[in-house]
Amino acid sequence: MKLTHALLASTAMTVAAASAHADDHMAMDMTLVSWGGAYQESQRKAYAEPYKAMHPDLEVVWDESSNEAVAKLRAMDEAGNITWDVVDVVASDAMRLCDEGLAMEIDHDDLLKPAPDGTEASDDFGDLIVSDCFIPQIVYSTTFGYRTDMVPEGTEPPSEVCDVWDLETYPGKRSLEKRPINNMEWALYCDGVAKDEIYDVLATPEGQQRALDKLDEIKDDVVWWSAGADTPQLLADGEVFMGSTYNGRLFSVIEEQDQPVGMMWDMQVFDLDGWIIPEGLSDERLARAKDFVRFATDTQRLADQAKYISYGPARQSSAPKVGEHAELGIDMGPHMPTDPANAENTLLYNYEFWADYRDDIDAKFQAWLAQ
Amino acid sequence: MTITIIEPKPISFVAPVVAAFGAFAGLLVGTAQGNSLLGLVGGAVITGAMAYVFLQVVRQERIMRWLTVAAFAIAGFLLGGVAGGIVGTLFGWFFGWLIFWLGEGRYRAKLPPYTTSLQVFYHFLFRVICGAVFIFLITPILVVMPLSFNAENFFTFTPEMLALNPEGYSLKHYRDFFTNDNWQQALWNSVSIAPLATILAVAFGTLAAIGLSSEHVPFRRPIMAVLISPMIVPLIISAAGMYFFYSRLGLQGTYWGVVLAHAALGIPFVIITVTATLVGFDRSLTRASANLGANPVTTFFRVQMPLILPGVISGGLFAFITSFDEVVVVLFVGSAGQKTLPWQMFTGLREQISPTILAVATILVAISICLLTTVELLRRRSERLRGMSPG
Repeated sequence: MKLTHALLASTAMTVAAASAHADDHMAMDMTLVSWGGAYQESQRKAYAEPYKAMHPDLEVVWDESSNEAVAKLRAMDEAGNITWDVVDVVASDAMRLCDEGLAMEIDHDDLLKPAPDGTEASDDFGDLIVSDCFIPQIVYSTTFGYRTDMVPEGTEPPSEVCDVWDLETYPGKRSLEKRPINNMEWALYCDGVAKDEIYDVLATPEGQQRALDKLDEIKDDVVWWSAGADTPQLLADGEVFMGSTYNGRLFSVIEEQDQPVGMMWDMQVFDLDGWIIPEGLSDERLARAKDFVRFATDTQRLADQAKYISYGPARQSSAPKVGEHAELGIDMGPHMPTDPANAENTLLYNYEFWADYRDDIDAKFQAWLAQ
Repeated sequence: MTITIIEPKPISFVAPVVAAFGAFAGLLVGTAQGNSLLGLVGGAVITGAMAYVFLQVVRQERIMRWLTVAAFAIAGFLLGGVAGGIVGTLFGWFFGWLIFWLGEGRYRAKLPPYTTSLQVFYHFLFRVICGAVFIFLITPILVVMPLSFNAENFFTFTPEMLALNPEGYSLKHYRDFFTNDNWQQALWNSVSIAPLATILAVAFGTLAAIGLSSEHVPFRRPIMAVLISPMIVPLIISAAGMYFFYSRLGLQGTYWGVVLAHAALGIPFVIITVTATLVGFDRSLTRASANLGANPVTTFFRVQMPLILPGVISGGLFAFITSFDEVVVVLFVGSAGQKTLPWQMFTGLREQISPTILAVATILVAISICLLTTVELLRRRSERLRGMSPG
């Protein structure tokens, strides 16, 4: 009886394994770490569900811990117990994890699929591969949205980032992120610093003070946010007139939730988000993680994600394949931060600068906040 | 019961007091309308004048009170629609009542005749403070409940909701909770972790309490302190300690790891409630039982257990709620596969502000109320039993 069972079970397993493209050497469960919310949902629909359709026995668990990925990976490393398989992080976190040896260095051309026309992955992603551990996924931007119904009558809606400082024309609260990154750049830009000199100025103590002085002009009218969901909530409530947040969140507020909110693309700050594979996985789990990443970052999958959220795919070859929103049926092209009409005046997150100056400027910014 | 003969009070006392209440109510209304100062002054003047007119000029209590309710309801409706009308009705009823209650001196009716003005003042001040504390504690919980029926995906009272328009309300967030895999998985995890953690906590906690209340056990106080410590040590410290310890043991990120961690957190509650019940337990009953030939195990289950059961159950309920509401330890000790409801709510709040969280909160509040009602009923039963047991 027992023997028959064992035989039956092993036959069933062999059949299942054969039908699932030789899954036998790969772990059958996988923990993906991401940011939660609409973004994670887009990854689930565009990457995880099609992948699971190919491997029906695979157990996929999502952990919404990307916000504290660095700290948690450090703790896991110290405890000798890595429970994550593939982790979604912003580029700066990927660089830190790579420097600390917590993320695995990879050969992009070897791990990732080439573009359909045969271009190697490293050329297809181009400059966006900012670290040897980082597998780029999307380009997103931090930019401003405003309440269309709070624009005073007879005035043009705000269209430039410096309108945030114009309390006379556009009275009302603003919401800004509770950290110096982006805010300092915008402040200097609106204080008359040329765009290509912003980081030269910000590197000096006088420049930092100048940026804080500029922020002082609106400090009394600022609500500080720390989670990406805050500004959409504040805008929907009418608590603030304008606020910065990620462009995909604003897209969701405007198009999906139908709130009276408008976009300001001027001086949007581009940043990257992508996967890393933690160092120290067992062979089976590593094989699974690599297989998933290879699948989830091919040209079609990256383009598919744009059906669910307005972030630009990191591969050049994906851009022409971006289609319509999966439910609303609107053309997603014009909602991409990388769309030429939106990208007239942009800034790219300066990784080197902030890696060098972050601690120093953070301290000054926090001291200024507490004043 | 009237114990003091009441007499009308001078208008010079009544009008300012009513005006003070009016100023407060006016401040609320004025702030809602965007001008606090105007509301404050307007409220004081209107209600003060009303007190004068009602008590000195008209003196028709029934008619004036109905008129006040009607006038305030209409004013509220004009300012804030249906919801404003309801608030206005309440305010109208309150001020109509307040003016005559003060003016006729009825507030002294239930106080002894010899109380001084200061004592009367303290008597009512105490009540007002108690009421304010109650409102302060309960409002945040109550505000959440109507918001969970929001038809929008934000934490916002929409104009439709304020107008009590049925279109502004929906059950979609409850539907989301019951159909969304993430929430259902979290609910299932909570429901499968909490009972087991409770059983472990109750078993160990009861044994420890019985042992610690026997007089021949050495070092009772230090042992008690150690066992109670999970309740006193900041959770984040227990959590970090458990994380590294459980990682070495291979328990981190497993179902049993979370169950054990939650059991450790629940044990102090069981120990405290059972120890308290044991104070009223008569030791001579166990000696009598032994004298009749029962071994200690039989004695425990047949004699001691039934008498301390209320303490055991209320301890168990606290242990259950601790596990059910706990977020810090599970974030450390659990992995994504053990994501409990509070964890899901925590990440949901940070990453995506969705009223589904409020729907879950409302459900959890309802469950907590049921559990606490049970505890209270058991406590009363225990007191009744203790009263009957031979001292």
